[in-house]
Amino acid sequence: MFARTAHTLARQVARAGTRAYSDAPMSFTFASQNQVFYKEASVRQVDVPSFSGSFGILPSHVPSLAVLKPGVLTVFEDAGTSKKYFVSSGIVTINQDSSVQVLAEEAAAVEELDLASARDILSKAQSAASTAATEEAKAEALITVEVAEELVKAAESG
Amino acid sequence: MRSPQKRGARQHQVADVQCLCRTDSLRFSSHRGCCLIDPKMFSRSALLVPNHGQQQVRGMATLKAIAMRLKSVKNIQKITQSMKMVSAAKYARAEKELKVARPYGAGTTAFYDKAEVKGEEEKPNQLIVACSSDRGLCGAIHSSICKHIKAELAQDASKAAIICIGDKSRAQLARVLSQNIIGQVGEVGRKPATFEDAARIATFILNSGYDFGQGRIIYNRFKTVVSYDTLELPFFTPSAISAAEKINVYDSLDADVIQSYMEYSLTSLLFFALKEGACSEQSSRMTAMDSASKNAGEMIDKLTLTYNRTRQAVITGELIEIISGAAAV
Repeated sequence: MFARTAHTLARQVARAGTRAYSDAPMSFTFASQNQVFYKEASVRQVDVPSFSGSFGILPSHVPSLAVLKPGVLTVFEDAGTSKKYFVSSGIVTINQDSSVQVLAEEAAAVEELDLASARDILSKAQSAASTAATEEAKAEALITVEVAEELVKAAESG
Repeated sequence: MRSPQKRGARQHQVADVQCLCRTDSLRFSSHRGCCLIDPKMFSRSALLVPNHGQQQVRGMATLKAIAMRLKSVKNIQKITQSMKMVSAAKYARAEKELKVARPYGAGTTAFYDKAEVKGEEEKPNQLIVACSSDRGLCGAIHSSICKHIKAELAQDASKAAIICIGDKSRAQLARVLSQNIIGQVGEVGRKPATFEDAARIATFILNSGYDFGQGRIIYNRFKTVVSYDTLELPFFTPSAISAAEKINVYDSLDADVIQSYMEYSLTSLLFFALKEGACSEQSSRMTAMDSASKNAGEMIDKLTLTYNRTRQAVITGELIEIISGAAAV
């Protein structure tokens, strides 16, 4: 028992000083409605764009729930590589046992995005927003504009 | 002319024909063109079994009746075989989509399990969503869901409301629990379900106005090609989530986040249930149509034998008449 307390103390002290990655594995599940990208995989870090701010998730992150904002989600894998995905909306769940579930409505790898089509969608959405008749239609069009803007940004960077 | 008694005797030979209306599982509801030949038909004066009003003509009408029946069973076999092929193709596709949808369901229920969310105790009202489809001929898919719901509400049906996804479940539940059904979703099952469909259903459920403490989705979970389970998926209201045991473990939550989270997770659960249901339905329809084709095949064999025997009896009868006629000359 003493050995375990000493070990945790040592880890905590170490963490206070340096930004060390935790040893505990993170079980990461990332899926969209027609594709599963990661299923209970072990990754090092995930950066998610959410309405409560973009934040990075490491193993042993404090449990939380968040709603995804349209934007780019970055996965830093164990091997050191990083992959970027564009997500339109969805939810993030971080549980106490370090398992993370990201359920996106639509998601695509940033490399697969076509800049020209993204710009096209943006211009169409902007014209729809300006000509919208009802409040509801305007709100929906503004949502499309937001997603399209992020899409263009992601396509330009990817 | 031969006396009716003798005619009756000849009829005995063909009278071991069993009425095929009573065979196996292909149950024909009408008994028109029934091929049952009552051996005592000609000894009775009254006409009891209308056989197209042609029972004076021996053998021939029966032959035609058997031939018609044979043709109709062969057509039915063709139909069931093609239905089996179609649902086999749809099943392959549904299974592929299900593989992708399963993490969705697992991810959503993981939170509810780990946060130990329970239904609101102050609100005993329950909302039950029966997830089936519009099309039949798929075995016990719809009835297993309805049985589950009926068994649950057998004691007390006053504090539950039902929303039916699919016409078949509504038809079955409307007979017993029609006052509990508050909504129905149609046009389900023809095309594969999308997330947007699930979103629309979720909006419909949440806008139904029923103040429920806990909700449940009853669906058929796909196990193997020949089996499925009827299971429940619970879903909760935002206040139930806020009141959950371990919710304080979760950081930075406000009412907005919980509301959006609840709506999205309801949609994912519905999406998952629809995909599982579709896969179970197609595999069940495949096995049902397969058994139907096999049964039809057996009926065709039996009918063909009967037909041949009847044909031979008719020919023999005519020959005997001719010979005895010639002998009399």
